[in-house]
This record gives sequence, structure tokens and C-alpha cells, in this order.
Amino acid sequence: MKPKGWKDLPPGSVVLEGGSAAKFKTGSWRAFRPIWKDENCIQCLFCWIYCPDMAVKVKDGKRGDFDYDYCKGCGICALECPGKKGQKAIVMTEEGK
Amino acid sequence: MATTLTLKELSKKEDRFTHGHRMCSGCGAPIVVKIALMATDYPVVISNATGCLEVSSCISEFTAWNVPWIHTAFENAAATLSGVETMYRSLKKQGKMDREVKFIAFGGDGGTYDIGFQSLSGAMERGHDMIYICYDNGAYMNTGIQRSSATPLGADTTTCPAGSVIPGKLRSRKNLTKIMAAHNIPYVAQASPSHWQDFAKKVQKAHEIKGPKFINVIAPCNRGWRSKTNDAILLSRLAVNTCYWPLYEIENGTTKITVTPKQKLPIVDFLKPQGRFKHLFSPENEGLLTQVQDEIDREWEKLLKEAKTD
Amino acid sequence: MAKVVAVTGNEACANALRQVNPDVCGIYPITPQTDMMQRFASYIADGKVDTESILVESEHSSMSACIGAAAAGGRVVTATSSQGLALMWEMLHIASGDRLPIIMPVVNRALSAPLNIHGDHSDAMGARDTGWIQLWSENGQEAYDNTIQAFRIGEHMEIRLPVMVCLDGFIISHSIERMEYLEDQEVRDFVGPFKNFLPLLDLDKPKSYGPLILTDLYHEYKRAQHEVMTKVKDVVLDVAKDFEKLSGRKYGIFETYRLEDADIAIVILNSAAGTTKDVIDEFRDKGIKAGLLKPRLFRPFPFEEVAEALKHVKAVCVMDRADSFGGYGPLFMEVASALYPLERKPLLLNKVYGLGGRDYLPSHAAQVLTELHDISRSGKVNVLKEYIGVRE
Ligand SMILES: Cc1ncc(C[n+]2csc(CCOP(=O)(O)OP(=O)(O)O)c2C)c(N)n1
Ligand code: SF4
Ligand code: SF4
Ligand code: SF4
Ligand SMILES: [Mg+2]
Repeated sequence: MKPKGWKDLPPGSVVLEGGSAAKFKTGSWRAFRPIWKDENCIQCLFCWIYCPDMAVKVKDGKRGDFDYDYCKGCGICALECPGKKGQKAIVMTEEGK
Repeated sequence: MATTLTLKELSKKEDRFTHGHRMCSGCGAPIVVKIALMATDYPVVISNATGCLEVSSCISEFTAWNVPWIHTAFENAAATLSGVETMYRSLKKQGKMDREVKFIAFGGDGGTYDIGFQSLSGAMERGHDMIYICYDNGAYMNTGIQRSSATPLGADTTTCPAGSVIPGKLRSRKNLTKIMAAHNIPYVAQASPSHWQDFAKKVQKAHEIKGPKFINVIAPCNRGWRSKTNDAILLSRLAVNTCYWPLYEIENGTTKITVTPKQKLPIVDFLKPQGRFKHLFSPENEGLLTQVQDEIDREWEKLLKEAKTD
Repeated sequence: MAKVVAVTGNEACANALRQVNPDVCGIYPITPQTDMMQRFASYIADGKVDTESILVESEHSSMSACIGAAAAGGRVVTATSSQGLALMWEMLHIASGDRLPIIMPVVNRALSAPLNIHGDHSDAMGARDTGWIQLWSENGQEAYDNTIQAFRIGEHMEIRLPVMVCLDGFIISHSIERMEYLEDQEVRDFVGPFKNFLPLLDLDKPKSYGPLILTDLYHEYKRAQHEVMTKVKDVVLDVAKDFEKLSGRKYGIFETYRLEDADIAIVILNSAAGTTKDVIDEFRDKGIKAGLLKPRLFRPFPFEEVAEALKHVKAVCVMDRADSFGGYGPLFMEVASALYPLERKPLLLNKVYGLGGRDYLPSHAAQVLTELHDISRSGKVNVLKEYIGVRE
């Protein structure tokens, strides 16, 4: 895309589209990748509430997979995940391995 | 109707603070923001002081805010919002606005305890209907971890570095939550993202109270605290359980501790995982470490007394 | 129908604001502005306006709150002087950068140190690069008229910029003068209802005000801001035309006095222009062709028009009631820049006068005109920049 010239800019630098940051994918920041193990998941949604990047998909109150377009791989979800019977439902793996 | 504070119910709400923001991986501040906005069942306008949250959430045409948001400068999130809120009242009075709108200001500790203190104090005294939420990460993080008046005693920052002669910050934190309570505003609270429900409850409650409200929220910063990217929640929970960051509220002058740790943990549990306190564990700084623990004990006792006598 | 009154400059501005009936007003005291906002506070207290006041704890917060209120979507005013304007400095840039048409009378006063509460132009001149439109006023009538016109100029959909209306501290703000008020309804009709532009309170279209802009776009944003300033002049003239129809009083981007055939001229702002005009008459009586140019629109500065108006003059003295220490006076710098492209340029002088409320006397004007007269004949300038009315 051609970079904007001064005549193309909104007056006063106001950003006109709310939530437009969603167009900026931060998944490439990730050094570690969380993997969801459905079988150990108790659907507590802690991973969802604690994720700083809104990268855990939840639909109709049910946890879905990670949104790797945005997940920065911090590992908070994995640390906070209670899992089932001592088995975490999230494990962190090194990206590209 | 306020959303029931279960994660299942909350998860059905649309994100008002979206992904694609550029806070560091594992930053505590976005968690604070998302919980606060989830607990807001009204149209809301946000004001944001300059700082990590602001510079990372709205860059060029990318804004993570799906609600009206305004940033003007560093020291004036409260004053700016007081203008928005006053215009809202003016338009409402004139019949040009009919919806009920809530107002929240977010400021870092630098933008709240220090440079924005006057503007905050003024806005609270004037009685604007808003919640001011400080996300306290204990230093000027955006400019590279400089000391603020919220930096804890003993911490190593870039302007109070732990050197061979001076062991980091020699002064204690300012107790801003109490100072805000001294404004005699109807609601003041302290919260932590680890205790999301307690925090969300406080926000919901604050919205139902007319007038100025202040909530101080601990917001771990793994860069400045020199901890791991995965421990924002772990550390904020430890902050609560060591009574470094007690969870309480002062409603119309009545103090109530909202979460009492089952077992009060020693402060070293909170300090140990953080590189900014590493030097406190060398033998020559033993006295300082004791001083840190003593201070926390003293403050906690004081709070217990206040909560009881109320 | 116009009403003749005897009022102070502050009272006149406060009345103009009352007639406009803005939505929000930031209020904070500072001499010599104080009683303007006090009067406005009484209008609010007496229900004479619908305005909501914000009784801020500082001018920094006042401008911050005004910015918040203007971004929210509505008509916003405040007023200040001196240290108050200086404290606002950071926020002045944000008001203009965000393109918010806040209207602010500035009752000009000296800046500390040393502390001085009297009139000079150091405050507004220090804010000349903040992106605000500046209108300057010779007397209470002009301050009143400019205040009313400022709304039309700043709120114009092609402009959307904040406007300062400058008037001299004490000399104008506190002296009672005979002037004409317009009827309330006339003013309201002239100014018209506030038109919203990207209001923050448009809840269904959430906008973000004040993003971080990196090196890839900041330069472009500033270029766009420069462009808006180039459009201001025509709007000022259009608004002045409408205002003349209403009031019979004629305004331009500057006023000239006996300048058309002048050999020598003084360029001077605000109240000192009145004194100067009287002395010019005396010189004219002596057969010396003296004239005057009094800028009204100082930001944006009308370079071409000023050059055109002065090009035939042999010697010009630009009088500054402010100094740019280590440089020439701020007004001088603009006029010198304006004249530079001319092939045949007038000889130029810069005098700094009247700082901190020091009286500007007819004898000062006479001294300058005599010097200009000598220069116009000798073609020689001895001292380019000089303080006058100063003790050795
Ligand atoms: C008047 C002014 N002084 C200094 C700065 C530089 N500055 C920008 S953000 C910042 C630090 C913010 O610290 P804090 O409020 O604690 O927020 P954090 O970045 O830690 O989230 C500083 C010093 C500024 N923008 N404006
Ligand atoms: S935290 Fe773990 S157990 Fe809970 S919903 Fe997420 S993945 Fe499942
Ligand atoms: S690793 Fe971090 S960013 Fe990724 S989903 Fe888990 S909490 Fe979110
Ligand atoms: S420096 Fe700290 S506060 Fe700032 S974005 Fe990074 S983790 Fe968050
Ligand atoms: Mg901080």
C-alpha cells in the first residue's frame, strides 16, 4: 500500500475506526507457542481472562483454540491453567522447533 | 442490568479493548484494562495518560480501543476527562444527549502519583462523575524504568540504581490510595488483576456510585520488574498474599478488606522472583530487607485496625 | 439594535461570551484576566447562560479540560493571562494539533521573572508558534468584536482551530470605554449553532483522539496543519464582512492609518496603536507623511498583504511590546520576513517598548517618528534594535 500523503490524513490525527488494532497482528512476536490440550481442559476460562492479548478464543462461553495471529507467547495462560488432575491443558513449546 | 461476574458470562461480551495492541508480551496493564472494561455495562469514554498503555494501544491508524478514547498528555488524564464529562453533562442538560455514559481515566503510576497528581486531586475534588484507575507498575516504564513515588522501597530502577554505595530506592512508596480516600470521595479501592472478580466487582460498584471514584490496581511489568513474561498474575497474587498490595475498599469513609490472604506470606516471596530486588538478598542489605518487611507489617496492621473500627 | 455602553475590556469580553452562550467554560484566576471569568461565573450563577463551568485547579488543567470538552463535542471557552498561558503551553499545541476550536481571550501581561502583573505581549508572543489563530485588539470594542468573530473563524468547517483574542492587560482590560454592544439574539444568530466535527461523544462510532504518530506520518500531519493555516486569512475576511453588515464596524487582517502615501510608518499592536495614531496626526500637520499599520491577525501572519501595504514606505519602525532575547522582537521578525522578498525594501528599525506595563507615551511615538524621518532622508540606520522609554 502506498504510504499516505498529507492530504490523505484525517484532521487532528483522530483514529476513526475503533478496534482497528486488530489489523495489526502480533503473533510474529512469539518465541514460545501455547498448545491447548482439550482433553485436560476444565473450561474454567482463566486462560481467557488473564490473557493480556485477547488471544484465547471463546464462543458461547466455551473455550476454543488460541488465536495465534495475536498470541505473543507470554505463557501466563499456561502458568495459570489448573488443568485436570495435575495435567495442564496448556503447554508451552518453543516456536520453530 | 450488570453482567453476572462469571467468566462464562463475561466471555460473551464484545472486546472493548482488542488484540493487536503493542504492550510487551506478558504485560499486566492490558489485563487490568480488559477486566475494567468488561465490568462496565454502559457506554464508556476513556481518557488515558501518556505511558506504556497509551503509546502501545493507539499508534497511527491502529487503535485497540473499541470505545471512545482520548489521550492528550502525561499529567492530565483526569483533567482531560473532567472536560469530556462536563461537556456530557452540559449536552445532557440541554437535551442534546440522552444516553447514560460512564467515564474512566487510566493512568500509570508516574502519570498518577507524580506528575498527574494535581490534576487527579483537582478532578476528584470537583466531583466529576468518573472512575480514575491507576495501573501501578511501580516506575516510569515507558521511558525505561525510572523511579516514581510508587516505586517500592529498595527497588532497583534506572534512576535509583542499586549501586555499590546506594542500594536502590531509599524512600518508601507514597500511599496514594489513602491519599485519595482523604479527598473524602465516595469510593476508593485497591485491586489486583489476579483477583479478577474482586476487581470487576469494584468497578461495577464504582459505576453505580455517582461522583468521583479512584481504584488503584497493581499491574506487573516483567521488563521493569525483571521477572518472567508469564508471571504477571502470579506476582500480583503474591503482592496480595504478602499484604504488599492489600485488597480493600473505602466506601463513604468505611474501610473494608475485600480479600484477606488465607495465610500472610513473607514479603521475600514477592521480592525473590523480581530482578529489581536481587541486591536486597545480599548480606549487606539484610537491614533494608527487614525494613521492607516491617513496613508492610505495620501498614497491614494499620489497615486491619481501620477496617475493624469502621 | 446596538446598545451604547461604558464598560471595561474584561466586561466586554465576558459579555461577548455570555451572548454566545458556550457549552463549557474553564475558569481559573490570574491578573488581569480574573474579573473576566468572575463575571462569567456570575452569569452562570444567575442562570444567564447554559454553560457548565469547570473550576479547575490550574491553567494546565483548564486547557486540558477544555480540550476534553471540545473533543467531546461542543463549544468551549476559557480565558487567561501571562503565567497562566505559559503553564498552558504544552496543551496549546495539543488543542491545535487536535483541531479543536476553543476560544480564549488572552489579557496580555508580562512574564516572570521578575514578577510583574502589568501589560505587555510576552505571554501571547511566547505562544505564537502553538498553532493557534491570534487576533489582536486595540481597545475594548475590538476585543468584544474579535471575541464574537473568533467563534465563526475557529469553528469554520474548513478551519477547526483554536483562537486567542489578545487585549492589553489593565490598559484595555480595566479601563472603562464607550462602546457598542450587539443584541444577544444578533450575536447568537451571527455565531450560529455549534457544528460538531468528529465528536468523542458520538458513542456509536468510537474514535481515538491523540494517537502516537511515528516518523512515517508526523511530518505529514504537521504539513496538513500548515495548510489549514493558509486558509484562515480568507475566512477571517469573510467573517469580517458579515460582521460589518451586522455592526457597521469594518475589520481586515490589519488596519492601516494614513499609510497609503506615507514615507515613514510604525507597525504596532494593540492599545499603543491609538496613541501612535494621534502623534501621526501631529506629524502629518507638520507636513511629514507618517502612517501606521496595526496587525489584527498575527497568526497566521499575512506576509504578502503586509509587504504590499508597506512597500512604498521609505523607513518603517516595528514596535514590539515583547522581546525575543538575543533576537529581534517577534513582530519585527515577521515584518522583516514579509518585506524581504521586495526588490525595493523600506529601511527597518525595531524598538522594544512598554514592557511590564511601562507607559507608552506620545513622546515615545514622536521620538520614533522623528528618527524615522531622519532615516528616510539620510538612508542610514544607526541602531537596528533598541529599547525605548528605558532609563540608562
Ligand atoms: C510532561 C511530560 N514529561 C515527561 C514525559 C515523558 N514520559 C512519557 S511516558 C513517561 C512514563 C510513564 O510512566 P507511568 O505513568 O508510570 O506509566 P508506565 O509507562 O509505567 O505504564 C514519561 C516520563 C512526557 N510525556 N510528558
Ligand atoms: S485455563 Fe486451562 S483448563 Fe482453564 S479453560 Fe483454559 S485451558 Fe482450559
Ligand atoms: S501465551 Fe500469553 S498471549 Fe498467548 S494466549 Fe497465552 S496468555 Fe495469551
Ligand atoms: S515495559 Fe512493562 S509496563 Fe510497559 S508494556 Fe512492557 S511490560 Fe508493560
Ligand atoms: Mg509506571
